[in-house]
Amino acid sequence: MKQLNHQDTEQKPKIDISLNVQAYTLIIALIAIALIFSLFTGGEFLSPRNLSNLFNQMAVISVLSIGMTLIIVSGHIDLSVGSLAGLAGGIAAILQVWYGWGTVSVIAVGIIAGALLGLWQGWWVAYRAVPAFIVTLGGQLIFRGILIGISQGRTIAPLEPSFRFISNSYLPYSLGYLLAIVMVALFFFLTWKDRIKRNKLALQLASPLVDYGKVTIYGAGILLITFMLSLYYGVPLPMLIVVFFGGLFIFISNKTAFGRYIYAIGGNEEAAALSGINIKRHTLYVFVLMGALAGLAGIMLTSRLNAATVSAGDMYELDAIAACVIGGASLTGGKGKIVGAIIGALIMASIDNGMSMMNIQTFWQYIVKGLILIVAVWVDISNKKQTA
Amino acid sequence: MSQYALEMKQITKTFPGVKALDRVSFSVKKGEIHALCGENGAGKSTLMKVLSGVYPTGNYHGDIFINGQPVAFRDIKGSQDAGVAIIYQELALVPEMTVAENIFLSHERMKKPVIDWHSLYAEAQYWLEQIGLKVDPQMRVSDLTVGKQQLIEIVKALTKKADILILDEPTAALTESDVDVLMRLLRALKSKGVTCIYISHKLGEVLEIADSVTVLRDGKTVSTDPIDVLTEDKIVSKMVGRALTEFFPYQAHQIGEEVLTVQDYQFKHGLTGDLLVKHASFSLRAGEILGVAGLMGAGRTELFTSLFGGYPGESSGQVVISGEAVNIRKPSDAIAKGLAYVSEDRKKYGLVMGMEISKNSTLAALKKVMPNHLIDRTLEVKRAEELTKKMRLKSHSLEADVSQLSGGNQQKVVLSKWLFTDPKILVLDEPTRGIDVGAKYEIYKIINELAAQGVAVVIISSELPEVLGMSDRIMVMSEGEVTGHLSRTEATQEKIMTYATLRRGKNEAVKSSGH
Repeated sequence: MKQLNHQDTEQKPKIDISLNVQAYTLIIALIAIALIFSLFTGGEFLSPRNLSNLFNQMAVISVLSIGMTLIIVSGHIDLSVGSLAGLAGGIAAILQVWYGWGTVSVIAVGIIAGALLGLWQGWWVAYRAVPAFIVTLGGQLIFRGILIGISQGRTIAPLEPSFRFISNSYLPYSLGYLLAIVMVALFFFLTWKDRIKRNKLALQLASPLVDYGKVTIYGAGILLITFMLSLYYGVPLPMLIVVFFGGLFIFISNKTAFGRYIYAIGGNEEAAALSGINIKRHTLYVFVLMGALAGLAGIMLTSRLNAATVSAGDMYELDAIAACVIGGASLTGGKGKIVGAIIGALIMASIDNGMSMMNIQTFWQYIVKGLILIVAVWVDISNKKQTA
Repeated sequence: MSQYALEMKQITKTFPGVKALDRVSFSVKKGEIHALCGENGAGKSTLMKVLSGVYPTGNYHGDIFINGQPVAFRDIKGSQDAGVAIIYQELALVPEMTVAENIFLSHERMKKPVIDWHSLYAEAQYWLEQIGLKVDPQMRVSDLTVGKQQLIEIVKALTKKADILILDEPTAALTESDVDVLMRLLRALKSKGVTCIYISHKLGEVLEIADSVTVLRDGKTVSTDPIDVLTEDKIVSKMVGRALTEFFPYQAHQIGEEVLTVQDYQFKHGLTGDLLVKHASFSLRAGEILGVAGLMGAGRTELFTSLFGGYPGESSGQVVISGEAVNIRKPSDAIAKGLAYVSEDRKKYGLVMGMEISKNSTLAALKKVMPNHLIDRTLEVKRAEELTKKMRLKSHSLEADVSQLSGGNQQKVVLSKWLFTDPKILVLDEPTRGIDVGAKYEIYKIINELAAQGVAVVIISSELPEVLGMSDRIMVMSEGEVTGHLSRTEATQEKIMTYATLRRGKNEAVKSSGH
């Protein structure tokens, strides 16, 4: 009796609410985790110093999870990003430490190297139809191998202060506040513009209270976090990088044809192809972007550690995939949000961080993270069943 | 003992907000083939789910009797033990296993603790012979045609000692010859005393095979009649609750200039190397509706999909659109030239499930909602609203997931998507497959409106009444070739079938004339 069920849901505006349920469950989960940890750490978890640490810790995985969202949405997977980040960081460090290259050029080389290796993998996936799982599993080994080869198995350090600056510096307080205020103003402006437009086209409008209320809550959150961080050294630069690229890719995924097409390709490749979408080229682009972001993540990681090591980024791909999945991405493709993945990365980082603060042994962290991953997907699936 | 194999009395089943079944009574005599008809949403599937224990006892009101005994099933297993077997539209076979393995899946013949392969294969062989199916039990199911697979499903049910067999749209994916085999099998089963409930949209089949027909409408029993007092029209009017005075709303329309000319077109698939289309030549005018008939596998879908650039491969011959010779290699070329193709399988090739209705409807012409090279979501929703309003789409919100819609409404979304490309030529492949009668009628009206606006429409359909009822002109294909053209006035079912089976005969004729 599918039909009647459909009619049932067609009549009631149930879906719109349920679509957002997932976004809210994530935020609620995050808040719950934060509260639990602050309870067990006597408030220390939410201290300015720890928040600052937390945002620093999550940055690398967040950047990876932004790219991974695109990959997963388009219906693929990338198991190579940890190795790729390690390799890109290694290349940058070698050029700087052994050959004395300047910081700007090694950053550029690291990111370009990531993009090119992404291109190479994307070519196999898109034009040679080898499953991404296999290509990137191969890539994982190959890139790690290259890293060990070119670094001759040594740790490459120390880097120049300008390189270390990327992951170990903070915005001046005034700049931090300025950016936060600009962001909040931008949110208000965009909401206002959207409402005017919808009104002009005679489309359904939510009540202004709901729309502006939402923006006010987000804005208050942004300002609160900025304030908390200002009680320590200010907004960490890696966090700004995450916000910038997160914003950029949210924009790309919502506003560009490329963004729309990867959702369509992941959702139904055949229908997308018959709608005139060039599947191969867009798949290739996705891998190039993932590669470039992995390169960037590698640079950030190397900067944070002030060294490139042969094991840098090991297993990061799994954290990135987990962040996407916790954030609501579906491994069957077509579904996933960048903002979800970033929150997912924050949840994972919070668990690591909070449990370390509670002096819980590392092995527990693995177990808890594993369980959370499974439960997150289960919650998602059972939510879907309720609404379907 | 009761004369009824099955009686369902006063069955009521409610879903939140909807009464899916309202005091439905349904009685099936022993050993008869009883057809259950109704539009999508009339309650057929719900009734069968109640019967098969998918909705357990307590979940509905009313009583069920099998062979006069009251029964209450707690799960599917319970109904199976009572001898009720359902064969679903979607096959439940494991393609990589052999025929015999599939037949005995979950009730393997054992020589504890291992499977007794010899008796399993021997028994499978026995059952296959029983129903007169010439299939080697060691064959892999994936190597069989869909029709044969359907028959294997039936064997599977029989080995479980089913006395009441429920077939849900069994012929939806079958070729004509497989339908014949199925019909013969059903008659054979009937002679052996198996009771059959036959659910189908294809009323021709119902009239051919059934002994009596129960019609459901809006969750209520309309009537149960013996077959000899029924006609197709009578069943349809019971199903829709009104007489369909003119089911195909054909209107004569203004026919304009030639927009598509295909000359000696051939197409060879790039992967399989099969020559799918041979020497096809035809033309199409603005505002004209061309029906394309043929048997399954006649190359109709292949002709138009390859013209649309939907297959990899090589083509030869000439294709002219609006006076311009074109070389379409991929769907985006076709869309740019004003050709749109609504595929036969909307779930597989038409829609992105999980994506919003509005996003689905703009997917083939996204650029049109991208002023300044960026997607304008507000404009997109507005455009989608305009499109779907024309289609009389029923949905509370265009930001809802397209998978929430019924089949007819989904088809309207696919149509919206292709109309948004502003096609000059619109190819509709099986546009009303799996859609209920009411929605069909609406789609026909939309097709007529489009033709009246000057769109050249191609309707590929396996339902001859649809082709005959809607087309200005009919083209018949067989084995990858165009075998005949008929005007609306001269076309009859018989003439179409003659052309549709022509090729083989012609071949022989050519040979015998010493060519």
